[in-house]
Amino acid sequence: MGQGFVAIFRRDLLLAFRHRGEMANPVIFFFIVVTLIPLGLTPEASKLAEIAPGILWVMALLASLLSVEGMFQSDYRDGTLEQMVILPQPLYLMVLAKILVHWLVTGLPLTLLAPVLGMMLSLPEAGYLPLVLSLFMGTAVLSLVGAIGAALTVALRKGGLLLPLIVMPLYMPVLIFGASTVQRAVDGFSVAGPLAIIGALLAFSLLVSPFATAGALKVSMQG
Amino acid sequence: MWQWFYRLGSPRWFYQTSGKWLPWLSILAAILLLVGLVWSLGFAPEDAKQGHSFRIIYIHVPASFLALAGYYVMAIAGAIGLIWKMKLADMVMKSAAPIGAILTFIALITGAIWGKPTWGTYWIWDARITSMLVLFFLYLGVIALQYSYASQDAAGKAGAVLSLVGMVNIPIIYKSVDWWYTLHQPATIKLTEAPSMHPDMFQPLLVMILGFYCFYAVVLILNTRVEILHRERRTRWVQDMVVATSEDKKFGRAQ
Repeated sequence: MGQGFVAIFRRDLLLAFRHRGEMANPVIFFFIVVTLIPLGLTPEASKLAEIAPGILWVMALLASLLSVEGMFQSDYRDGTLEQMVILPQPLYLMVLAKILVHWLVTGLPLTLLAPVLGMMLSLPEAGYLPLVLSLFMGTAVLSLVGAIGAALTVALRKGGLLLPLIVMPLYMPVLIFGASTVQRAVDGFSVAGPLAIIGALLAFSLLVSPFATAGALKVSMQG
Repeated sequence: MWQWFYRLGSPRWFYQTSGKWLPWLSILAAILLLVGLVWSLGFAPEDAKQGHSFRIIYIHVPASFLALAGYYVMAIAGAIGLIWKMKLADMVMKSAAPIGAILTFIALITGAIWGKPTWGTYWIWDARITSMLVLFFLYLGVIALQYSYASQDAAGKAGAVLSLVGMVNIPIIYKSVDWWYTLHQPATIKLTEAPSMHPDMFQPLLVMILGFYCFYAVVLILNTRVEILHRERRTRWVQDMVVATSEDKKFGRAQ
């Protein structure tokens, strides 16, 4: 039963590393938009520190959204997806493998880059560990939820425009708890509460999202 | 026992049955809305603090109720369509989406109009307003998705999957927005809706809510009937009916 999972996982990871340029895109996007903030608002450290938790989270969310579109696209175009759907392996696990790889090549690098950008936005010291922890789990939720939208729009010609509209409202809870984890840490409160809720969102979306994504893929293959 | 359920699967049966109910339901909705409007706008007592401007809640509150209930109608219809492959449920889902979106929009607009004299601003990032806005986006997503599929069947299924995902998410979104709001709550602004309204104010509101529910049902049935005619336009019974009505008109007969 796990064969499909392992095979897809290895294949997608290999493919991702063969297209390093694509892999770097969300990270570079994250870097560049954060650079725009001081230019657009103010270079003053105290003001930047005030908005850094929210900005970092919003930008990480946008970077993740940018990459979600490609999750099933090439597989759809060359027909691999169709083969996946008719395989006698559980689609749930194969979808989960694809999502996991997506998180490994986008969410995880974003998480690792975040402290550097936090430093550039003069994020107060107490915020770093909560930022990394919340992004670590939060970007996984973003990949999981985004997969549903990507699967629903993969067969559409103008799916790229539609995807943000579908996925953004579903991203909001993650953003709220993610950003406030960092904010609370900066303000000197305990972050256990919001972190636990992000964990709960992760557990819940791990259960539900591959299921919904698999269903959506089947719809897309048929339409 | 399950016969009615299978019958529901037939668009033709629904079209004919709903045609019989529709006049009565429309009359009921019209009476309720008329009574509710006259009562609430003309006779309900003025609010001590807000004066007459509070009267907009007689539109705002029912619209918000139906906006949220409409999402559940849409999602449940979608689920029925997915599980039992019922064509009619699919059509109901597709018809419910724009109605719900419009009601959400009305709720947002009336809220903004009410906010200006009450809070001195059209828009604040209050928990309820924000949740309503998110609901509006959820509706837009479902509508846009349905219109981008070429195949009717796939559009229905995709819309159903998305509205189900949205339905699961609505409580999470609402709770998280509530929680977010308590963190950032500005001290000066407080929702002025008292937890217990005076009965003289509450009774017309109840009539308006009932009226809106009936009105929603009427519009949903009308929309679904149009959808049925559109999708079944190649079937025998629709063509027969269209021919019969146009001949009636040609010869000036009463229908």
